[in-house]
Amino acid sequence: MKPATEASINSLDARRSSDGGTLTLIMTGRWDSDTTGKWWQRGQQILTQSKPRRLVIDASGVSYCDGAGVAFLIDLQQLQIRTGGDAAIQGLQEEVRRLLDIYGHISIERPSGRRREPLSIIEQVGKAAVELWRDFKSLLTFVGELAVMLLRAARQPRLVRWQEAWLVAERSGVNALPIIALIGVLLGLILAFQSAIPMRRFGADIFVADLLGIAMLREMGPLITAIILAGRSGSAFAAELGTMKVREEIDALRTMGLEPVRFLVVPRVIAAVAMIPVLTVFANLFGLMGGAIVMRSLGYPLVTYVNQVLSAVTVGDLMGGLLKSFVYGIVVAAVGCLRGLETRTGASAVGQSTTSAVVSGIVLIAIVDGLFAVVFYALGL
Amino acid sequence: MRVMLPKENRPIIQVQHFTAGYDGSVVIDDISFEIYRGEVFAILGGSGSGKSTLLKHMIGLYQPAAGHIFIGGKDIVTAEGEERTNLLKSIGVTYQMGALFGSMTLLENVRLPLEEYTALPSDAMDLIARMKLKLVGLEPFLDYMPSELSGGMQKRAAIARAMALDPHILFLDEPSAGLDPITSAELDRLILDLARNLAITFVIVTHELSSVYTIADRVIMLDKEVKKIVATGRPQELREHAANPWVRQFLNPGASAETAGKGAGGER
Repeated sequence: MKPATEASINSLDARRSSDGGTLTLIMTGRWDSDTTGKWWQRGQQILTQSKPRRLVIDASGVSYCDGAGVAFLIDLQQLQIRTGGDAAIQGLQEEVRRLLDIYGHISIERPSGRRREPLSIIEQVGKAAVELWRDFKSLLTFVGELAVMLLRAARQPRLVRWQEAWLVAERSGVNALPIIALIGVLLGLILAFQSAIPMRRFGADIFVADLLGIAMLREMGPLITAIILAGRSGSAFAAELGTMKVREEIDALRTMGLEPVRFLVVPRVIAAVAMIPVLTVFANLFGLMGGAIVMRSLGYPLVTYVNQVLSAVTVGDLMGGLLKSFVYGIVVAAVGCLRGLETRTGASAVGQSTTSAVVSGIVLIAIVDGLFAVVFYALGL
Repeated sequence: MRVMLPKENRPIIQVQHFTAGYDGSVVIDDISFEIYRGEVFAILGGSGSGKSTLLKHMIGLYQPAAGHIFIGGKDIVTAEGEERTNLLKSIGVTYQMGALFGSMTLLENVRLPLEEYTALPSDAMDLIARMKLKLVGLEPFLDYMPSELSGGMQKRAAIARAMALDPHILFLDEPSAGLDPITSAELDRLILDLARNLAITFVIVTHELSSVYTIADRVIMLDKEVKKIVATGRPQELREHAANPWVRQFLNPGASAETAGKGAGGER
């Protein structure tokens, strides 16, 4: 065989015998993974069109042949045999002959293997239902375990790894402030601007301040903060714990007698729960600042806007929003950690856990928000 | 016993005045050696001696601080563009953990280089990928995901993927790491078969002495303290006759403990 650097030229010529029964395919030049592709289908075409009784492949002019060239020989040979004819390969150099001996026992028919058949709709629904039920059970178990650990931590604060809690609080709280500020201002701007347009038609644009104050404090501030927390910190918790699971660090903790929920989850939940009300207050503040920009552009003095907001909102609105954010914090941190601990093996597993943490977090935030709306309505708050 | 060396008097890899390190510290200092076509060549040394560092430079992952690495006469250190791509196509690499893509089946893993680098039709790529998997004894598992296979099977599948484009040289980083002795011996047999039947040159970084004695034609030993090659030759000969006692100790750890814990640069 010649070295791989030689010029890549090859050809495939077909010659029929005078009686038409024998087809000779003459291969010359270099047959490797770069040069075989262009002849593959041509070779099959010649064979299926001419349907010879006997196929002779003359490979005496082949200067180089690797696995791809040998695959071509095998393919032609077996195609011919499959149609009931016979096939012979002539003029092979010793090296190519050896390759053919090594690879030649393979069938061009793909073995049935265990290709996964696509599931029917009923199977898919059933599978999804079972997974949902399992998910619910694991969530319930985890909530119970977490509640017990949090109670123990409340009774014995030294059980909590406070250093880690502080670090997580910095990452989830302090470092999230710029994005909270940006989204808060933009949300306030958009809400105020969109509501000002129709309200102005009724001469009621001053009440934009009322709308914004109540909406931000009761609903939008806590909600947007929780969603940002789910995207930033919930996903980070899932990725962190998921990677630890993949690297068997969680197993190492267990075998050392350390409970992962106490060791890893409790500091994260405490940090998130401590930080989310603070972030919510900032989100409210920046949202109202966004509203102030719109009101100023509509010609209202700042003092009028502030007085209007203060007259519209109550401490109850603020506290109700903060109570919501507190619960959102628990949900986001807990589900992020749960998804991390549930991570399976493989490179894609951590990605799946992270995605699942964010999706589950946002879904649960929406559910909790709905429950709060019902409870607040029932209590007349 | 394997064939005498050098098998052919033409080096396929030449490492010349190679120096490498990280963050200003030198790990390997001005070493030169040659690997001949068809050889099974092992790189040995204690932990931190720079074996994997050397391998990663040889496959073009890192740029050395100084020196050249010629593969088939072309310098992988300076090669760029198409020349570099062609050089990388001429070698195959397997990593310590196999590094199979977890989201793909075995067949898809082996098909990937063919899909990326060739214009072969899909059925041809399937056939070639199955040929490689059959060669390593894994054709029945072509639809399995890597996570469904044992460590030894993953290593064999990684070899099949590395061979997809029929490289002339295979670099194996710790092929036996984490494998039981039986699986490790099976892998050694596979390497020997491939070297004999397909004339592939193997460059292997390993700690497994039993593998070294079974498969390696020639070895070099790196030392952490002097940062150089402290021995070159056939492993059996070095075990008995190396001038450096630390080398003899390393290659025959059960024989004497007098130099245990000391590198070649330490007390002799």
